[in-house]
Amino acid sequence: MKGETDLWSLAVIVGLAGMSVLTRCFFFILDRPWGLPEWAHRALHYAPIAALAAVIVPEIVMTQGHLVSTWQDARIFGALAGAAYYFWRRGVLGTMLVGMAVYLPLHLGLGW
Amino acid sequence: MFLSADVRRRPAFREGVLNMAPMAVGIGAWGLMTGVAMVKSGMSVIEAMAMTLLVYAGSSQLAAIPLLVAGAPAWVVLATGFCVNLRFVVFSLHLRPYLMHMPRWRRMLHGYLTADLSYATFTTRYPRPPADLAEQREQEAYLTGGYCTTWCAWMGMSTVGIALANFIPQAWGLGFAGVLSLVGILCSMATTRLRILSALIAGATAVAAYALPLKLNIVTGIGVAVLLCFWLEKQFVRDAIKADL
Repeated sequence: MKGETDLWSLAVIVGLAGMSVLTRCFFFILDRPWGLPEWAHRALHYAPIAALAAVIVPEIVMTQGHLVSTWQDARIFGALAGAAYYFWRRGVLGTMLVGMAVYLPLHLGLGW
Repeated sequence: MFLSADVRRRPAFREGVLNMAPMAVGIGAWGLMTGVAMVKSGMSVIEAMAMTLLVYAGSSQLAAIPLLVAGAPAWVVLATGFCVNLRFVVFSLHLRPYLMHMPRWRRMLHGYLTADLSYATFTTRYPRPPADLAEQREQEAYLTGGYCTTWCAWMGMSTVGIALANFIPQAWGLGFAGVLSLVGILCSMATTRLRILSALIAGATAVAAYALPLKLNIVTGIGVAVLLCFWLEKQFVRDAIKADL
């Protein structure tokens, strides 16, 4: 998938839209009231953050399937700066802007 | 639902639109960067537009991009999207008494269009579900007004982002903005020690298991993290509900 449209990707996108509907309406799709077992309630606390971490950590610290071997990688500094901003000021937008402000000069200027 | 003139004519609709307006700037900027990130990560304009219009969930869109680009199997992309969206399951339990008086298609349309900020402002404005018909009509209009602003800001600015992205060279690496946005969302979820641990375990597992085919390292990371946190919770936290909520 490099800038070209294919039907498989579109089908997955439609499936993801289904996930939006399913999760946002989860407890009022059916008419009768119902609850989740206790273990599922507990999983709700850990699964979302685990899913995000599992997606983004490899995107930050790996290049072509290998752990980066140098500390001169713009992505690591960008992500650290973004996280530092978040815990200082809160706000997802600021996290992204500060992260990019660190990432872009290193990436474009120094070629990291 | 904001296409229905009957809903729009109710005074609470206007109130909902206006109360959400200050947040529209932030939503728009986040939509703009999501649009740019989708195209600069290798999606086509048609795919990016379809994703914006249909999926309408920033974090699951951004999480799906690297998986789609790597050609992960559909079920891995969908399972990841489901997990990232699990917070909405909690919201839906809360919204149930507010919406159950409506027919199914109507409450599901409201549910689909109610994202994080609309949910938060709506339940803050109305701490109690409607008790009579007048309240039902008022609350529905307020909810619709709120997500009308959100939807318009998100869709408009995402489209601008997708259009602009074509003029930005790939080498700039703007797709990384999507990952950085997810870093922010991840930090916002890191509210307890066990959740932070869950993120660390999932991240480390996903890196260690990277060689697995079909992007199964993602699902493995989620599974290992959730199971380990369960076990730790049982071992060390006496009253899990109190410790967490």
